[in-house]
Amino acid sequence: MSTHRFLVMTRSAPYGTSAARDALETALTCSVFEQPVTLLFLDDGVFQLLKGQAPASIEQKNLNAMQQSLPLYDIERLYVSKRALELRGLSAADLILPVELIDDAALPALLAQHDTVLSI
Amino acid sequence: MILHTLNQGPGNPALLENCLTAMTATDTLLLIEDGIYWSLPAYADTLARVPGRVQALESDLTARGIKTALTTVDDTGFVELTINHDKVVSWF
Amino acid sequence: MIFSIIVQAPPVQSQGAETALRFTRAVLAAGHQVHRVFFYRDGIHNGTDLASHPQDESSLPAQWQALAQEHNLDLVVCIAAAVRRGIVNEGEAKRYHHEHWNLAPGFELSGLGQLVDTCLQADRVVTFGGRS
Repeated sequence: MSTHRFLVMTRSAPYGTSAARDALETALTCSVFEQPVTLLFLDDGVFQLLKGQAPASIEQKNLNAMQQSLPLYDIERLYVSKRALELRGLSAADLILPVELIDDAALPALLAQHDTVLSI
Repeated sequence: MILHTLNQGPGNPALLENCLTAMTATDTLLLIEDGIYWSLPAYADTLARVPGRVQALESDLTARGIKTALTTVDDTGFVELTINHDKVVSWF
Repeated sequence: MIFSIIVQAPPVQSQGAETALRFTRAVLAAGHQVHRVFFYRDGIHNGTDLASHPQDESSLPAQWQALAQEHNLDLVVCIAAAVRRGIVNEGEAKRYHHEHWNLAPGFELSGLGQLVDTCLQADRVVTFGGRS
């Protein structure tokens, strides 16, 4: 199987829609199929990585648990929009995983580096 | 060279802002579905900030009764745009 | 050129699936190949066999079926997304002890791996969404 670089791009907050979970499952599947995958969190997507989620109260599965398994799947490239975090009054310390903060100016190069960009 | 498609109108300005940030001068933005409302004169200043080219999908303009000075493409033209660019990024 | 189409939009509620269908038709009309159409998230509702419409409207599932038949298209519906939303074939109906099934002929249920696979096979991947 050829190696193909995937970028999974997600812009939605968790729990209100299935987008966060679907994006994670897509990234995990890329990894299971031995394709390098990067996750990019833009906009309200940065809320997906906030610590302290306890969605049992709304009868949903905790995304933090799935996110913490990402390094086990060799998904180590997690990019978070620096501007999206700042606009929301957050910093990297509020997030469940170590991530790379990406400036707006670096986004075009990130997209260019990947063969397929999957928006979810 | 990336083709960006965007399907939501001015009610969701964050979507277009994200798309603009991710674009370069060699990219093209194709407005589809409700995205075509960005082609109204009221949003000319916003569209002027698009680093690359902007086009709109003809059938969506016609359906909504919107006329535009932008370059328009039909479905065949949409397919050609995807071929003329290295990849497609969808904003929705 | 080889295309893969990813449909995340359901019929009726959003336009994305309709746009995807028109795009797929245009790809085929221009003489290109479609490796697979993969239905994910609410897009799986395109695979229902039970959509009913007034006579002057057309059913998107039926149009996908007709296009697939004409061009021998591979229409794959994400099995995990479909089963959660109540779109099942005979096999899944039996597995989950349902008396009925509703996946339209011409569509098949398969894993998310088929999405990854079709991206690897295609020259261009085009995603059609609804409203995230």
